Amino acid sequence: MRLSEVKAGRSFKIISIPDDEIRVRAIRLGMFEGADAECIFKISGGPVMLSVGGQEIAVGNPLAKKIIVDLRK
Amino acid sequence: MFDFTRKEQTIVFVGNPNVGKSVFFGAFTGVYVEVSNFAGTTVETTSGKWRGRTVTDTPGIYGISDFNDEERVAREVILNGDIIVNVVDALHLRRDLFLTRQLIDMGKRVIVCLNMMDEVRRLKIKIDAKLLSERLGVPVIPASAIRGEGIEELQNAVDKACVGNIMPIILKHKNIAESYADVVLLLEGDREMLKKYRRTDPCMREEVYSLRRKLADKIADEVTSKSAKNFDLSEKIGRLLLRPAFGFPFLIICLILIFWFVGYIAAQVVADFTRGVIMEGIYRPFIVNLISKFIPNGTFFSELFIGEFGILTMAPICVIGLLTPLVAAFYLMLSLLEDSGCIPRIAVLLDRSLSKIGLNGRAIIPLILGFGCVTAATVSTRLLTTRREKTIATALLGITIPCSAQIGIIVGALAPLGGVVCLIYAVTIGAVFIITGTVLNRVLPGNSSVLLLELPRMRIPSPKNIFKKTLSKTEGFISEATGVFIVGSAVLSVLKYSGLLSSIITAAEPLIIGVLKLPREAAYAFIMGILRRDFGVAGLSDIVMTPKQTLTAMTTLTLFVPCIASVLVMFKERSKAEAAAIWISGFIIALTVGGIMAHVM
Repeated sequence: MRLSEVKAGRSFKIISIPDDEIRVRAIRLGMFEGADAECIFKISGGPVMLSVGGQEIAVGNPLAKKIIVDLRK
Repeated sequence: MFDFTRKEQTIVFVGNPNVGKSVFFGAFTGVYVEVSNFAGTTVETTSGKWRGRTVTDTPGIYGISDFNDEERVAREVILNGDIIVNVVDALHLRRDLFLTRQLIDMGKRVIVCLNMMDEVRRLKIKIDAKLLSERLGVPVIPASAIRGEGIEELQNAVDKACVGNIMPIILKHKNIAESYADVVLLLEGDREMLKKYRRTDPCMREEVYSLRRKLADKIADEVTSKSAKNFDLSEKIGRLLLRPAFGFPFLIICLILIFWFVGYIAAQVVADFTRGVIMEGIYRPFIVNLISKFIPNGTFFSELFIGEFGILTMAPICVIGLLTPLVAAFYLMLSLLEDSGCIPRIAVLLDRSLSKIGLNGRAIIPLILGFGCVTAATVSTRLLTTRREKTIATALLGITIPCSAQIGIIVGALAPLGGVVCLIYAVTIGAVFIITGTVLNRVLPGNSSVLLLELPRMRIPSPKNIFKKTLSKTEGFISEATGVFIVGSAVLSVLKYSGLLSSIITAAEPLIIGVLKLPREAAYAFIMGILRRDFGVAGLSDIVMTPKQTLTAMTTLTLFVPCIASVLVMFKERSKAEAAAIWISGFIIALTVGGIMAHVM
């Protein structure tokens, strides 16, 4: 499932993040492949706000479409 | 004997953005700090003295490498520093420990200052500083910048800073370079370090980063214990602002407040006093009287110093009387937005809209800065990622965004004419903004970068910090503007005295009178507008015009070329062809829109 499709309030695991540089920047912010995260809120057609490791991060829509996540039951 | 090692030791403050680093730095160095601009960047570092040692503050960073100017500057300072005081936000340990781990891996002598402990207590979170110190292998001092806790302890412990527990993967590669710092940067593929060691081997950046991330998270989780899931007010407000239903009204209220404060309070109430009472009422008669004693009236030098555009009359009256209150008011507003944590949230809210003109939410920073000073804002387009975004932002700034000095005068001129006139102005400029952005987005090749942004906690800004920031930005503006105004005054005085000015005005008449339907004298304002935008608008305020003419003049001057300083910066930041294209388009768009306004309405 893509990050852009996750509904607000759902928890998930980040499976893959595209692009070397973005992946490295994301690691610094605490967001990495394998990390547990929660979707706080999303602006339709706009950024997805997620909370990972107590840190709130905004991910632009085009990037959110490329990040693959796994919903937790 | 002289203890050279001790004397030479420099202390460097390092931390993520918004962790309260500058408060601790300030406590060490007092008020006597030296702000220096790093060559080739917009980034400032401040240094001062503490017990005879040099203490340097670095820009807030998430990690050390060469991703942006901030990191390059911090990297240089860190590599040359002896003791690193790493300020971390106890509420964001996972995020902050990444940088801490990197500093430790670099083999630097580190001491960690665990800030925001008052918040930690309030939220009933427990952090085991002793265990943290054990895990990292360096001293940890709990502190609270706001309450002044831990500052003395930090000062007493600073010399206990030591080399911590370096990650095994770094130790394993210790033979590849002279120092651990070099090893870390080499493994992480730092371009300059690769060059230094003439290596091109595939870097292990991701492997090292992943290991470090996991270690940082593990340590953070070990030392932190939360009683329950605490959802505090700051978090609630922060999340509420991200919802368009609350965020947009909030944004509009903010904008109205800013325009009211800058355009009315500063430009009219305060400037009436500083310009009208102090500069025109007291200063001008004084200086004219004084100079007249030495230089006879009607000569070239009398014109140069105290004439209509005199270096000692117009320049200081404009800069001190008019612009200083405006610019200070703008930077006060901007500092409030910045320090409260509003700006990243505005960036998120506008991300979708800005993507339509080829920008992402981050571009809101140069665009907002443009309302303060277009020149400074043009420099800040560097923080955008692709060349495409930089070009779009620079063009929008150069053509459509009025700077604070201009806004003050524009609001002053248009407000008395009523809401409809103001609305026409705003809609016209807004339309040009959208059209310019959309066209550039279509025409320019390539793709724009996407938003990936950390949202800091919302907090109540500290008045002291706000005051300091406003003061230093305003000082910077005045020192820059004074030079330009002196040169501008001199040029105009020479032009006027030699009669060239009236020739230029005669030449520009068809444009001014024919196209824009403005009074002949308005040409002065336009020529001055090339020197400085606000200069131009200020020149118009003395000419009697009909409401329609005022509207046309203000619109044209807003869209007209930016001031000479921002044109210079534009040429420096962008390629010559690109800058020239933006500059010329500005002229054409301004005259076209102004002409349409004059003839249609």
